Amino acid sequence: METLTNKAKAVDRRPMNFWEKLYLISIFKGMWITLKHFFMKKATVNYPEKQRPFSPVFRGLHVLNRDEEGRENCTACGLCALACPAEAITMEAAERLPGEEHLYREEKYAAKYEINMLRCIFCGFCEEACPKDAVYLSQTIAPASYKRKNFIYTKEDLLIPMKENRE
Amino acid sequence: MNPEIWSLIGEKAALAGILIGLALGVAAYSTWAERKVAAFIQDRKGPNRAGIFGLLQPLADGGKLFFKEEIIPKHAQKFLFILGPTIAMILACMTGAVIPWSTAFEWGDKIIVPQIADVNIGFLYILGVLSLGVYGIMLGSWASNNKYSLMGGLRAASQIISYELPMGVALITILMISGTLRLDGIVQGQMDGYWNIVLQPVGFIVFLVCAFAETNRTPFDLPEAENELIGGYHSEYSSMKLGFFLFAEYVNVFISSVILSVLYFGGYDIPFVNDAKLVESLGMNTVAILHFLSLFIKAAMFIFLFMWVRWTIPRFRYDQLMDLGWKRLLPLALANMLITGFVMLLLNK
Repeated sequence: METLTNKAKAVDRRPMNFWEKLYLISIFKGMWITLKHFFMKKATVNYPEKQRPFSPVFRGLHVLNRDEEGRENCTACGLCALACPAEAITMEAAERLPGEEHLYREEKYAAKYEINMLRCIFCGFCEEACPKDAVYLSQTIAPASYKRKNFIYTKEDLLIPMKENRE
Repeated sequence: MNPEIWSLIGEKAALAGILIGLALGVAAYSTWAERKVAAFIQDRKGPNRAGIFGLLQPLADGGKLFFKEEIIPKHAQKFLFILGPTIAMILACMTGAVIPWSTAFEWGDKIIVPQIADVNIGFLYILGVLSLGVYGIMLGSWASNNKYSLMGGLRAASQIISYELPMGVALITILMISGTLRLDGIVQGQMDGYWNIVLQPVGFIVFLVCAFAETNRTPFDLPEAENELIGGYHSEYSSMKLGFFLFAEYVNVFISSVILSVLYFGGYDIPFVNDAKLVESLGMNTVAILHFLSLFIKAAMFIFLFMWVRWTIPRFRYDQLMDLGWKRLLPLALANMLITGFVMLLLNK
């Protein structure tokens, strides 16, 4: 067969000579390699103290966004739940009452909005499906927990806090 | 009995206590050093959370082992099951008894030689205790009533018996050169003349390979091969009984390193230094400490060599192990012995 690259290397199948049969030379060569590695720079990152930056396209935990006036963007249309291949999103819609205009941007809002982080595959389809720019994937990873129920993130866990947005 | 004997017994007991403490301490920190060396060779950092540089890691590991659940399998022979690690540990600590650790030092008006037993057959004692060491592994593996353990025990037994022979033959050459079986005499002979590594390089290599095999270290760790025998002879052990087996291995590594230094690297001899002059200028006790440090540094280098080799060379196959022991090392050691004898005859020593 014609070779595609020039990297192919024929295996030397000649019988071993006396020095090769002793193995000692190969052993010393190997020990020289490991000794060099002994003094090399270490690849380890001291994790909790030092964290490597995520890539800019990293998809982490979800965030529910607010608009400039601090009102929730989500209108509970259900497109994100429909787009979700893992069926991790559950929501219940409610109608905005008079006097709640400062809380919700439009007439309908999500009374309940839950994402099960054990089901979620962080594909980001919900982010793409959302017509109101309400759901975003952030740069944080879901923290570990001992209980399953701690992985079901409710609306309160996901919503950006009020004051942060007003600044 | 007269008070002299009691004071002698007290002295020897204190020395034995110090030796066991030292061996256990070195073994504990060998586990730490092993992990560090492994990590550094693999471009990692190793344990660095418990204390500075992870120096408290052995304490954490030991504490963990003590608090683990103690399991004795239902089908195990209970008495032998407990006896196995006990024997392994006791024999590992016993070998150190004949090693001359340093020159004599003064304690009040008494002169104490830091060697527990200056027996005139120190050499044979070491060989004997080393071969007894296999009993711990064999009893433990047989008593756990597990086929993998039994395989490990079988391998350990045949391996140690096979490598005992070239080791003994390699030691005979040392015996021929130094003309004594006392370890202290061998060290004295090296202090006056050349170190045995200069006179016996081939014997040293044979002895070194056998030392690796006798301590069950890679590349000869077939008795406990993790990936083929799921731990081998100690796969049924838990808690501190497992700890004893692992610990005995490190004690053995330490003692083997010391024996290698004593037999081939001049023991407590400080190279290129006239000891008589040193005693005059510094005093007996300082020189004794310097001598001890000299031996200890040599042993530490050998411990590092043990670890370095472990993380470089893969495990032998079983037939290769037997092939190396019987067909290569034994003839090599025998030829070395014959040539040494011939040369000595020619030189009319």
